[in-house]
Amino acid sequence: MIRVSNVSHSIGAAPILHDISVEIPKGGITALIGPNGAGKSTLLSLIARLSSLKTGKIEVDGLQIGQVSDRELARHLAIMAQSTHVSARLRVEELVGFGRYPWHRGRPGPEDHAIVESAIARFGLGAMRHRFLDEISGGQRQRAFVAMAFAQDTDYLLLDEPLNNLDIAGARSLMRLLRQMADEDGKTIVIVLHDINYAARFADRIIALHEGRVAAMGAPHEIVTQDLLTNVFGTDAEISHQDGRPVVLV
Amino acid sequence: MAELTGDTTAPRAQAGAEGAQAAPPPAMGRRVIWLALAVAVASAVYMVYGAKGSWGFILPFRGQKLAAMLLVASCLSVATILFQTITGNRILTPSLLGFDALYVMILALLVHLFGATGYIALPTGLLFALNTAMMSLLGLGLFVVLRRGARGEMMRLVLTGIIFGVFLRSATEFVQRLIDPAEFSVVTSVSYARFNTVDPVLLPLTAAVTLPVLWLAWRMRHRLDVLGLGDTVALSLGEPPRRGQSIVLVLICVLVAAATALVGPMAAFFGLIVSALAHTVTPTERHAILLPSAALTGCVVLVGGQTVLERVLALTTPIAVVIEALGGALFLALLLKRKRA
Repeated sequence: MIRVSNVSHSIGAAPILHDISVEIPKGGITALIGPNGAGKSTLLSLIARLSSLKTGKIEVDGLQIGQVSDRELARHLAIMAQSTHVSARLRVEELVGFGRYPWHRGRPGPEDHAIVESAIARFGLGAMRHRFLDEISGGQRQRAFVAMAFAQDTDYLLLDEPLNNLDIAGARSLMRLLRQMADEDGKTIVIVLHDINYAARFADRIIALHEGRVAAMGAPHEIVTQDLLTNVFGTDAEISHQDGRPVVLV
Repeated sequence: MAELTGDTTAPRAQAGAEGAQAAPPPAMGRRVIWLALAVAVASAVYMVYGAKGSWGFILPFRGQKLAAMLLVASCLSVATILFQTITGNRILTPSLLGFDALYVMILALLVHLFGATGYIALPTGLLFALNTAMMSLLGLGLFVVLRRGARGEMMRLVLTGIIFGVFLRSATEFVQRLIDPAEFSVVTSVSYARFNTVDPVLLPLTAAVTLPVLWLAWRMRHRLDVLGLGDTVALSLGEPPRRGQSIVLVLICVLVAAATALVGPMAAFFGLIVSALAHTVTPTERHAILLPSAALTGCVVLVGGQTVLERVLALTTPIAVVIEALGGALFLALLLKRKRA
């Protein structure tokens, strides 16, 4: 469980988050949505310790952010940033191999190699394992990063708008991979999404943020309503339903 | 799974390039051994080629120069790789931090104050101490810039270094205008790295400072691999980037300051040439390979270049001047190549 208690945050003089308290239960996919500037990426970066926490308390699996060592936390929590640009010229299998670093600190054993192999096989990267990251498509690169997070073998995975710069095939493929990791491996995935439809289609829970506060939280069909679009997103798009899941008609 | 593999997004980047499977990475360890052999050969040639007169004089005399070259080349090459790793940029060198410019400015000031003869009469130990002290101050300043900055702090550091370097160079130019033209030639002749006049006391002292730092860099090789992946990935893997960058910056400052204080400013492009060559010989991001590969490449370039220049061509031009000229061309080539890629 990720427990956020009384977290406020401001960047410079601008307040971003106001006294947020929220609990993200273990398991499943939780999507953070909200209009631009609502604070969803800020909240995620505080949980990920990419920004340092000033007021409030965040616990991941009972480990308090800021108290527990980075080394220890890296075995519980993996992060995927918005832009996964890596300047180093790496091959796909090398990148996936780095996922084991928190466990072996530079000296991989047979078990680490086995886990990397299974991650490469599981995410269908076998054919491109020797390719350099700058030689493959954006969708393939994101898949390699997810494989790396998988090899890191953490219970929690945080992703900040991973669908940016992906076409529809790449975006759906990535979301399906995450769905699979949540369903089959029991991972807890927290993801910031821009597109409500992806959240409604793939997430188990949605947390909607509005002006630095939690506006709504619950299952997609409870959350994605006309009210939400009007009050939180300030738009009058209509909502249809497909197999019980809401779809925003853009 | 079947659904998954059927849905791969089409590769756009490499249409027409290579086959379905790229070649696996070549064995790098052997290449490092070849580099070590090349260093041994270059050193041997340097020691014996064209020797006239008593071996009892030549071997210690040349041996000391050789040791200074090997030490300086290793320090600057390793410092360059470290700098490129923490900045995530392969066309930067730590000479951007302004140590060279500071050295030349101190030199110009001293010549202005004491005159050329006065400067030459200054004890080398005192000069070394003065240079080291000033460069430590500069290093401290850079460190404060890095720690104070919020995000994007590495680029801020680089820009600060560049601007500070420009400031120092203009100040130096101003001082040089005040210097007597005859004495000015002293400034130009000693503002490039020289290996002929290495002090027999300072050499072991510099080695005592830099060898442990080189060892520390080697100890950090796996952490460096992770830091090179960028801030977010490094943090995700449990290596907080700013702590790592701060430690590495200290290592870089000690290496560059010690090498510069010992022999004077090496060409700004030396590190660039060496890192480009090392990346060509051992194309990997693993510092376990890259650090020794760069250090050895640096030794080959410096010792080999000095042998050719001094023995074969019988020129007295400092090798730094030659490297500066060739390095400029290489730098342009690297920039243009990057643009195309």
